[in-house]
Amino acid sequence: MAKIRNDYEHSWWPRLLQWLEDGSTTLDDELTDEIVESREGHLLPSHEDVAAHEARLEERHRKTLEDEQAMYDHAHQWSKTKGARLVDWIYRIMAVVICVSIIWVLLQTASYLPPFGSPDNPVNNEVSQRYIEKGMEETGAVNIVAGMILDYRAFDTLGESNVLFIAACSVLILLRVSSDKKHPGSVHQLEVEADDRMYEPKNDMILQHITAFLVPMILVYGVYGVMNGHISPGGGFSGGAIMGAALILYLNAFGFKRTERFFTFKTFKVVSVCALSFYAISKAYSFFTGANHLHSFITPGTPGMLFSAGLIPYLNIAVGAVVCCTMYAFYTHFRKGDM
Amino acid sequence: MELWQSIPFACILLPLGSAAATSVMKRNLAKYWTFFVMTAVTTLSIIFVVLMSRFEAGSYTYMMGHYPAPWGNEIRAGMLEAVTALFFNVIMMLSLMGGLKKLEEHLLIDKQPLYYVMLLLLTAALMAQVYTNDLFTAYVFLEIMTIAACSLITARTRGRTLVAATRYMIMNLLGSGLFLLGITLLYDLTGHLLMSNIKEAVAELARSGQYQMPLTVVVAIMSIGLGIKSALFPFHTWVPDAYGYSTPTSAAVLSSLVSKGYIFLLLKIFYRVIGLDVIASTGILDILFVFALVGMVMGSISAIRQSDIRRMIAFSSVAQIGYIFMGMGLGNEQGMTAAVFHIFAHAVCKAMLFLAAGGLADASGNSKQFRDLRGSGFRSPIAGVAFTIGALSMVGFPFLGGFTSKMNFAMAAMGSGDIRMMLVLIVLVISTWLNTIYFLKTVITIYRKPLPEASYPVERGRRGFCFNESLVLFSLVNVALGLFSQGIIEAISNGLRNFG
Repeated sequence: MAKIRNDYEHSWWPRLLQWLEDGSTTLDDELTDEIVESREGHLLPSHEDVAAHEARLEERHRKTLEDEQAMYDHAHQWSKTKGARLVDWIYRIMAVVICVSIIWVLLQTASYLPPFGSPDNPVNNEVSQRYIEKGMEETGAVNIVAGMILDYRAFDTLGESNVLFIAACSVLILLRVSSDKKHPGSVHQLEVEADDRMYEPKNDMILQHITAFLVPMILVYGVYGVMNGHISPGGGFSGGAIMGAALILYLNAFGFKRTERFFTFKTFKVVSVCALSFYAISKAYSFFTGANHLHSFITPGTPGMLFSAGLIPYLNIAVGAVVCCTMYAFYTHFRKGDM
Repeated sequence: MELWQSIPFACILLPLGSAAATSVMKRNLAKYWTFFVMTAVTTLSIIFVVLMSRFEAGSYTYMMGHYPAPWGNEIRAGMLEAVTALFFNVIMMLSLMGGLKKLEEHLLIDKQPLYYVMLLLLTAALMAQVYTNDLFTAYVFLEIMTIAACSLITARTRGRTLVAATRYMIMNLLGSGLFLLGITLLYDLTGHLLMSNIKEAVAELARSGQYQMPLTVVVAIMSIGLGIKSALFPFHTWVPDAYGYSTPTSAAVLSSLVSKGYIFLLLKIFYRVIGLDVIASTGILDILFVFALVGMVMGSISAIRQSDIRRMIAFSSVAQIGYIFMGMGLGNEQGMTAAVFHIFAHAVCKAMLFLAAGGLADASGNSKQFRDLRGSGFRSPIAGVAFTIGALSMVGFPFLGGFTSKMNFAMAAMGSGDIRMMLVLIVLVISTWLNTIYFLKTVITIYRKPLPEASYPVERGRRGFCFNESLVLFSLVNVALGLFSQGIIEAISNGLRNFG
């Protein structure tokens, strides 16, 4: 006669069958049984029932705690034994081995690459040749880097400025204090904001005087970098970063009260939307006319002049505005979640 | 150049240009505007597919600007790109429709326009990914996809989503980093960023035997980088949290579009950048093949162990991504065709499953546990039917998309004729068996009598017009994908011939 195990209900096969049937485990059923049982009785359970129930619960609680303690003891013992340490060791050693081997492979790869600066390298081909030789003539930009990123490969740069924009939007989604007063989450955020305001303005005299002296110069330099992006080294990305840095410095010295007079969230939205829309629309026009070989009214102009090189100076201004706004928005949102 | 050939350009620029304006709109205006743009892009894609098949244009390039290709940027469109773009747009729009009600519930009011910005930029990035013929453009839009996907997860403010987004970010940035490193090395070896030019240069290198070692490394890190980003098996640890706790639209879009966009890019790299012969000689296909086979089994086993319906579907995605990589790993043309078809079949199906699971959970007191989902198929009938159709398609029920793709995989394996044939057939059988276990169990659960003590809030009023419409449309697309699979497969294999 086959031996029937006492804990047949808890062995894996009936549990599998039961799980396949309704997705619950025996423990779940035990709990539901109990609940059903208690509901089947009188509407108002007697004191004895309640006491018995509580005793049962207490017993179960005690037993669970004991089991848990036993499990921890067991695990503790196990961690002292060599087996567990071995697993830990293998894990760490494997991590180190994988890292070292990847580093080794990449270094090895670098040693096989074409030698640095050699004229016979594959990179010195007709592509870079045309950029260097005809870049100024075709785009009208003395700074051929500006010509490359804003005229030859303007589509990439359009994508890149949208990367900045989407990064700013992600920060807004994550950190912006909500004006939705009904939502419980926003109350906490408002408190955090109040906290932040307590620590400002710092009114550091030295900082304020130096800032008052420096910020106009930095801003002018940034504007110069943006406006002359097609003539000298610089351009929208670097000039915009300089302007953003100036704004952040000003904010740190004088606090939000002063910056709010000229730079609010609305300013941010208006400036970045105008800049990006201008970029997208003007470039869409340029792409469309280029692809269909239509006549475009954009001409390179005289290289070296401030307003030359077709769209490049205007695109530089647009990119500069987006970069400046994005940097400032990052700073303010990481600081207090608003502008 | 005909006017209709500008459609790919319009499909990229329209969502890209309108995204910035959406960020300043009020909530409802942003919603309608997003729908308008998505409808426009979808309509354009439909027209494009029709015209492409009508004129049998093969594939053509489109200059983005006044300078020809190696100097300026360029996009390229063929039949495969057109069909993929159409599928992506349809799924994007239906996912947004289906999740709209939950979205407005989960998101703070003044953050909803930003969510639409993310969706529009994601659409633009997907379109650019599909149509681009330039490796660096692909990277730029890959960045947009990564960031947008992260904010789609964090948009629903909850502790778990932040953890999920952090994981997602770390793994995906690792993938992006490897991919960028690959582009840099490849540029150093070939001096080009335009895909067709790189292919010529690589073929030249392969013939002369120069730079073999760096080339192998480039292929490996690009494939692994994109594999990480599209949740290939050993790199899938970010999947369950990212898909399981975000708002349903995000889960649908992430699982069925974002990861597929990366796979499509990888396919493009195989065909158009490196060339299949060189790829096969590096042996990376074998590695992807092994990862895929293990993933097909392990993903399903993990799915069986879940007690949460959303996490179960998420793990099922891991297994299905394994199917796609297995098709690519076979290395023959049939395998690639089957993989592309499975991209569509899985994308359409998984988005529908996520939305339907959201609806079922809604009808069960917002619980996603199987215990509470009992009988939810009766409480939310359309979601139940849609889930059943999706589950049957995943399992491989005839007349549905999943069946055709499984059959195609088996046929492709027969065509390869070596040890891979046996491996694929055996794993396919095991994986189908495991799929059946967890999907049919779920279907049975949602049509069972609820537990006696369970009480569900009786929901009054409409469950959202958009939700039902979207699920019905999704079901129709699923059935159509199965019924007209022959035509679609023909279009895919035609497109693949012009793809390289």
